[in-house]
Amino acid sequence: MTGMIEVSLWRGKADGRYQTYQVPQRANQTVLDVVTWVQRNADPTLSYRFACRVGMCGSCAMTVNGRPRWTCRTHTSKVIEDGKLEIGPLANLPVIKDLAADLTRFFEKWQRAKGVFAPSKTRKDPIERISPASAPRIAADAAIECINCAVCYAACDTVRWNEDYLGPAALNRAWTLVNDVKDAGNKTRLAAIAEAGGCHACHSHQSCQEHCPNKLNPTASIAGLKRRTMQAYIKGEL
Amino acid sequence: MSARQLHTTAPRRNALWVAAMVHRISGLALACFLPLHFLTLGLALQGEARLDSTLRWMDNPLFKIGETMLVFLLAVHMLGGLRVLLIENMPWREGQKDLALAALAIAACVAFAFLVGAV
Amino acid sequence: MNVRLYVLQRATAAIMAPLVIGHLIVIFYATSRGLSAGDILGRTRGSVGWGLFYGVFVLAVAIHGAIGLRGILAEWTPLKSKGALDALMWLFGLTLAALGLRAVMAVVL
Repeated sequence: MTGMIEVSLWRGKADGRYQTYQVPQRANQTVLDVVTWVQRNADPTLSYRFACRVGMCGSCAMTVNGRPRWTCRTHTSKVIEDGKLEIGPLANLPVIKDLAADLTRFFEKWQRAKGVFAPSKTRKDPIERISPASAPRIAADAAIECINCAVCYAACDTVRWNEDYLGPAALNRAWTLVNDVKDAGNKTRLAAIAEAGGCHACHSHQSCQEHCPNKLNPTASIAGLKRRTMQAYIKGEL
Repeated sequence: MSARQLHTTAPRRNALWVAAMVHRISGLALACFLPLHFLTLGLALQGEARLDSTLRWMDNPLFKIGETMLVFLLAVHMLGGLRVLLIENMPWREGQKDLALAALAIAACVAFAFLVGAV
Repeated sequence: MNVRLYVLQRATAAIMAPLVIGHLIVIFYATSRGLSAGDILGRTRGSVGWGLFYGVFVLAVAIHGAIGLRGILAEWTPLKSKGALDALMWLFGLTLAALGLRAVMAVVL
């Protein structure tokens, strides 16, 4: 495949603008390749973020033709519309510069949702054996492959409408730990996500599931949290 | 206009986002209608004749269309709400777009049946 | 929405689902023979059953609607203070409950 792609890249901060570049189209070219081509050949001051290039680190997510995507695993051939690509930083987050969004709030919300493992044993205890076939482990595994790319967070209108909302990724992580039988932090975790801005803010739009590059279903995780917190509330534990 | 708004239309291209909008707008419309509904029925406090004259005044095609809309809103809000309760309280079920579409279609049929029956 | 408002809203929704179906049946039945005050009041006056049916319906919808409205205001208007949102929720809920119970009394008593 040859020819040129008309690539519009966001330049500047929130009050910036799109600037257009002509980038040669190649076979098996990813959106990240296009951005890298611009930085190496057209404008070395272009800022963007990436690390692993193989869909594991979650650093390179951007808005591509209006949709949040992991750019290192998105082929241009799949997303070009009329020979054009419009690439901006992730939505629902402040812009640092160009294509780099500020993820501080996103990760603060992981902390607020108690998305951190709370050990129930010490290093002196023997390692607890968990059957991979047990129901809680299956539930934990279903949500565990999150790479923190913030694509779901950028795709969620509830995040846009409610700045306190923890968002799909943080709640999905909380659900993984709620199901982890080795974790001892569920009391504080359920209390944290039962507050305003917690799991009950979710309207089940399922945009997170629609856009998740790893095909996870945060809506289902959040529904699980709604059940757990409701049970805890009715029992008077919250 | 060099500075184009930085935005994403991604959430709104999703049918289930539209379903949530239908649910929200129908709920809001019903919430606006209910005080009027209650005030009308409250006219019976001033006697049967007072309520009856108002009901007769409302007996025209314009109100029939309005009532048909209300039947649709009530049905679509209830069915959409049942879908949400299903998501939140039952094991996960794929095919939510089909369920949302079914809710819309059933509500439309109910409203159409009301219109046909009422004319 | 915190867990308390969530439980109240979903519980009232679950209560109202069958009530809405019942109400729709009444709407179809009543309008098929032409709405008249005589018909309506003939059904409801002195009926404990209809009084309970619509009394519960009114209270559930007042709670459900007020919490729903609070959510819409919080997400779609510049109103962000918890105090103001709660005040409007209570105002709308109590108004709806008062008007609704008055209407139930008007057709039942």
